[in-house]
Amino acid sequence: MTDTTTEAAHTAADAANTVADTAHDAAAAVAHGAADVAAHGAEAGGAAMPQLDPSTFSNQIFWLLVTLVVIYFVLSRIALPRISAVLAERSGTISNDIAAAEELKVRAVEAEAAYDKALADARTEAARIVAEAKAAIQADLDAEIAKADAAIAAKTAESEKAIAEIRANALTSVTEVAKDTAAAVIEALGGAADAAAVDAAVAAQMKG
Amino acid sequence: MGKTDVATEAHGESTGLVFHPLDQFKVTPLFGDGPVAFYTITNATLWMAIAVLCVIAVFVLGSRGRALVPSRSQSIAELFYGFIYKMVEDVTGHDGVKYFPYIFTAFLFIFFANFLGLLPLSFTPTSHIAVTAVLGFGVFFIVTIIGFVKNGVHFLGLFWMSDAPLALRPIIAVIEVISYFVRPVSHSIRLAGNITAGHAMIKVFAGFAAIAAVAPAAVVAISAAYALEVLVAGIQAYVFTILTCIYLKDALHPAH
Amino acid sequence: MEGNIAQLGQFIGAGLGAIGSGLAAIGVGNVAANYLAGALRNPSAAASQTATLFIGLAFAEALGIFSFLVALLLMFAV
Repeated sequence: MTDTTTEAAHTAADAANTVADTAHDAAAAVAHGAADVAAHGAEAGGAAMPQLDPSTFSNQIFWLLVTLVVIYFVLSRIALPRISAVLAERSGTISNDIAAAEELKVRAVEAEAAYDKALADARTEAARIVAEAKAAIQADLDAEIAKADAAIAAKTAESEKAIAEIRANALTSVTEVAKDTAAAVIEALGGAADAAAVDAAVAAQMKG
Repeated sequence: MGKTDVATEAHGESTGLVFHPLDQFKVTPLFGDGPVAFYTITNATLWMAIAVLCVIAVFVLGSRGRALVPSRSQSIAELFYGFIYKMVEDVTGHDGVKYFPYIFTAFLFIFFANFLGLLPLSFTPTSHIAVTAVLGFGVFFIVTIIGFVKNGVHFLGLFWMSDAPLALRPIIAVIEVISYFVRPVSHSIRLAGNITAGHAMIKVFAGFAAIAAVAPAAVVAISAAYALEVLVAGIQAYVFTILTCIYLKDALHPAH
Repeated sequence: MEGNIAQLGQFIGAGLGAIGSGLAAIGVGNVAANYLAGALRNPSAAASQTATLFIGLAFAEALGIFSFLVALLLMFAV
């Protein structure tokens, strides 16, 4: 009874099995009792290494191909375009941002250069103005000094002339005073003043 | 099959343990019993569909905002995108970028299938050699066709080391040809084997957890193996993708 | 525990095949160790070589997986 049930179960499980194989199994069943064989009969038959059971190959290959085709279409139609678009957009954004930052940096450098240039210009301008003012002042000063020198020179000349006149006047006055004094002294001494002799003596004294 | 049953049972009977480390890889119909035809909805179908839903969740819902400053889910999608895009661009050069959607498809399928397979009671499509062989041989044939279409006969220069000594070149060429044709085999078995090995290992440790004396050690071992598997799930998806890129680079620029 | 000589051979072969996984572990360790040594010597170049590291790890590990697969096939599929 056990033999028949086992064999029936086995045949049901694996119709493709050969008669010889089944018979072999049945023999094994006889040798090893019902329980074990019932367990093995439920194993769906074939080689004991399920990887080598050719009856399942077509099934696996078919479903594998279906799976691969489905995955391929899911990827190539939906997923990959999306992801590559996102990645491209991201790298575009990043490179744009970097480019913008670069541009801003360049602009900042330019602005700094312009500022420096303006500063330097202002400095030179200021220096120029200072120099100009200095030169103008110097020129005015020189002119004033020259004018003053001229005025002083004129005054000096005038004064010298006046002094010379005064000196000349004084000389004549001295001669007269000396004559008068000499005549007065001679009279006081009791002599008679000889005008011509007095003049000669005074002239001689004045010369010496 | 009979012999194997005997083997498993012999273990089970002698130790009191029942190991079925490979039961988790079985492909069974979801609705009812019966033979597995190619159109049957099986657990493999279910977990592949969940992987598709995860891709949609991350990439369609995640990128829905199209925000310039990304939200969290959008950054995850962009992270995946940027990671694979950079890999394709770095390895294959600029002319490989147009194959990026195909490579990305393969990567996402493997990635999500690997990680969903780590959930308890789940099924891992990438543990099946049928699945990874389709991926591996698909890459192989597409890359070879691209190579011949782009470069014509010059594509064969891939096998002719012009900077090797002349006497050695034929020998190297033979080795190169063999290694070229082994590529899809190793490409697919690497993925399926890694995932199968890890999951089977976890199951074996889980079988030991039935014995009370070693249960704590088994739990620790399961945790460690699980952590390793998380790593492996990511690395294998990465490795599959970068090897695809390298093969594509060979096809686009065959000159050594 | 009855069995036959073919089964014995399977199990022995599976055990021998599992040795290959251990040898692959040596290879993986080699890759990682040399990467680390190089990275410590020239840290600036380390980041650019992580892809190569993972490819090397994957190639080394794949061969171990092959031997594991042989063991698995012997255990369950032959």
